[in-house]
Amino acid sequence: MSLTDTGAPARADGDPPPGPGRPRRTLTERLLAVRELGLLLALGALILVTTLRNDRFLSAQSIKDLLLGCAILVILAVGQTLVIVTRNVDLSVGSILGLVAFATGDLFLAAPGTPWPVALLLGVGLGAVCGVINGGLIAVAKVPALVITLGTLYAFRGVDYYWAAGRQINAADMPRSFLRLGNQTVLGVPVLFLVALVVVAAVGCYLRCYRSGRELYAIGSEPAAARLSGIPVGRRVLAVFVANGALAGLAGVLYAARFGTLDAAAGSGLELQVVAAAVVGGVAIFGGSGSAYGAALGAVLLTTIGSSLAVLRIDPFWQQAVVGALILAAIGLDRLLALRTAARLRGRSLHGA
Amino acid sequence: MSLGVPGAEGAPLLVLDGVTKSFGAVAALRGVRLALHSGEAHALVGENGAGKSTLVKILAGAHAPDSGRMTLDGRPLELRGPADARAAGIAVIYQEPTLFPDLSVAENIFMGRHPLRGLRRIDSRAMNRDAEQLFQRLGVRIDPSRPARGLSIADQQLVEIAKALSFDARVLVMDEPTAALSGVEVERLFGVARSLCERGAAVLFISHRFDEVFDLCQRVTVLRDGAWVSSDSAADLTVDEVVRRMVGRDVSSLYPKQDAPLRDTLLEVRGLSRSGVFSDVSFSVRGGEIVALAGLVGAGRSEVARAVFGVDRYDAGEVRVAGRALPPNSPRRAIAAGMALVPEDRRQQGLVMELSVERNATLARRRALSRLGLLVGGAERAEARIWTRRLQVKAARLAAPVATLSGGNQQKVVLAKWLATEPRILIIDEPTRGIDVGTKAEVHRLLSELAGEGLAILMISSELPEVLGMADRVLVMHEGRVVRELPRAEADETSMMFAATGQGATA
Repeated sequence: MSLTDTGAPARADGDPPPGPGRPRRTLTERLLAVRELGLLLALGALILVTTLRNDRFLSAQSIKDLLLGCAILVILAVGQTLVIVTRNVDLSVGSILGLVAFATGDLFLAAPGTPWPVALLLGVGLGAVCGVINGGLIAVAKVPALVITLGTLYAFRGVDYYWAAGRQINAADMPRSFLRLGNQTVLGVPVLFLVALVVVAAVGCYLRCYRSGRELYAIGSEPAAARLSGIPVGRRVLAVFVANGALAGLAGVLYAARFGTLDAAAGSGLELQVVAAAVVGGVAIFGGSGSAYGAALGAVLLTTIGSSLAVLRIDPFWQQAVVGALILAAIGLDRLLALRTAARLRGRSLHGA
Repeated sequence: MSLGVPGAEGAPLLVLDGVTKSFGAVAALRGVRLALHSGEAHALVGENGAGKSTLVKILAGAHAPDSGRMTLDGRPLELRGPADARAAGIAVIYQEPTLFPDLSVAENIFMGRHPLRGLRRIDSRAMNRDAEQLFQRLGVRIDPSRPARGLSIADQQLVEIAKALSFDARVLVMDEPTAALSGVEVERLFGVARSLCERGAAVLFISHRFDEVFDLCQRVTVLRDGAWVSSDSAADLTVDEVVRRMVGRDVSSLYPKQDAPLRDTLLEVRGLSRSGVFSDVSFSVRGGEIVALAGLVGAGRSEVARAVFGVDRYDAGEVRVAGRALPPNSPRRAIAAGMALVPEDRRQQGLVMELSVERNATLARRRALSRLGLLVGGAERAEARIWTRRLQVKAARLAAPVATLSGGNQQKVVLAKWLATEPRILIIDEPTRGIDVGTKAEVHRLLSELAGEGLAILMISSELPEVLGMADRVLVMHEGRVVRELPRAEADETSMMFAATGQGATA
């Protein structure tokens, strides 16, 4: 398990001066310990290599496409971070996204005059309802979230197919103001990406600076101790699933706005990319550590790998293999850091690195 | 026998009256009463399974009593959860520390009560400063910004104490806090408890160590089988009297080892070293002999045991079993050679808490019990029955999860698991940690019996009476080295303490 970010609030205001008995760290360890920095370095290296092969990779249009492409995955990865930190997982996000996206399109078909903010709120609300179902089932059935959300992954998708009944919704069915939301830019930055940034900042700050946010880490780190120290574990876990559902709903609305063409299969299989982004971003799958910033960077990295492999004209098959290798590398790095930290904390390690 | 009603000290701070709690058909507490006075340390003693832990859980708000009344300051107290207990000023230090390994020490102390700055954000600078001040009050150095993962049990306990201090507890409940602490650490803990008492807090102290009970407490309440037996002033009691009330019969609290004929050397360790942990450790154990590794917590005793068994690596030296070298890093080979290790931390290293008693008891014998690679339930059950009967494990059913047993019975299951492999060499780390007097004597008798059967036993123990009563030879470790070897005749509390604190090496 990683120790990547949990000390963050302690570190945020600068390290206290080292005194006797205080464990020392080497510079490399400090750098590695800030997972976000490592991800940024990886991202930079990837962009550099790709640009050297094809300089159009850094053109304004290409960057815009990249930001647009990663926005939805970023939002989902950040929502998933909330869940994973509490030692749970939500596999139903792809289905929630698909359901909300189609529902949004259908709303415009049924009531063409609906202003887009209303559609947005309804979409987020529907996502939250799905989250309530997930969280409620987990609380009532006392079954691991993995199993419950595997069930709702199929259930929500089934509802989606039933609703769609084979129909497809096209961009022409939706108001132009709504579709602009998906493609407009402000100072060259896509609105979609700005929305994602706001989500990252809000969730990141919540997890780092608020009591209830820190309690999520406590729950994931040691659930029994969390209960004994008076943390309302059930309520927090429910809230986390509702929040994640709402974010998946938001992602669903944005998906509809961006692609315009919708059928019941939208977002199929997305959940694994989301979990992969979080894990690559340093969110420990057993809970208790990781940050929203890391997960967001993980999502950006995965998206960039996709487009850079395309630019480099590499077989799409390799994309999956690279993502897989990256996940294994991320887990390996976590393990290595955990071992080194453990050795250092025992105060007996003799590293000279 | 007085009745545990308010004495001359005035109105009690916290009162439990007629508290009953059942789990299924098992009555854990039957009409228990308890009165804690402000400024007083009150001991709660009883055998394992007497209901102490259940009482602690009720005070902590983790269990709701089935019936009975609780009052705090004369007002009815209802605890719907741990948060209520905390709000009422009741702090509980559990036997097994309950920290969040991923979070910083300071956050562990202030979880849910972090100091805040603008916009209700956490003020981590203030939090670290406050934690630092708490540790200064305790007179210890722990970096508040380090993660809790990797802290020794003693340090974890100190973090728990800092937590209790941080919210100015009016009632401090300590459930066997000293089980993992060395003498100095116990003194420090008692210092804190006494200063809390002076400031008007009430302390409830649970321990199996009577010297500590009489050292710290002014009043002693005895529980037996979930029922209240007595509450008396400590000055009116003797250890023998307390023990008699706990078990309802007279027992010799320590079962001295019977002399057994010494056989060939079974375990030989030469020059075992691991950089920074222990160095140049050499000793041998013969069949029929009990050798104790004594020393303070952190002297490297458990680490040596783990290295001998092959769980941990070592840099230099060798381990020989009956004259044949044992390859390092291989618990499998160690087991095959007839070695067994009963670890110190039974919850984490000795048992699979969710599995049944019978599964746990036969865990180390899966291969021998399986037919064509399949484990047939009957074989496990039959084997488990033999050993649980021999060790007198008290369990409702063999199919019940081990987590439902009391600490002493859990320890017996760990023992059963390893004895079922019919070892020649038994390494046992803190065999009676957290175990009540009655079970303790049983474990001691059993170890003596096993030595009589020709086993070589290496015992690690922090309890001096246990070491003195059981060991044929005592090896005293200090900072990773064996500094003294004392034969039974020469071993006494003074000589061992001198060696363990590093002063005997030159003497």
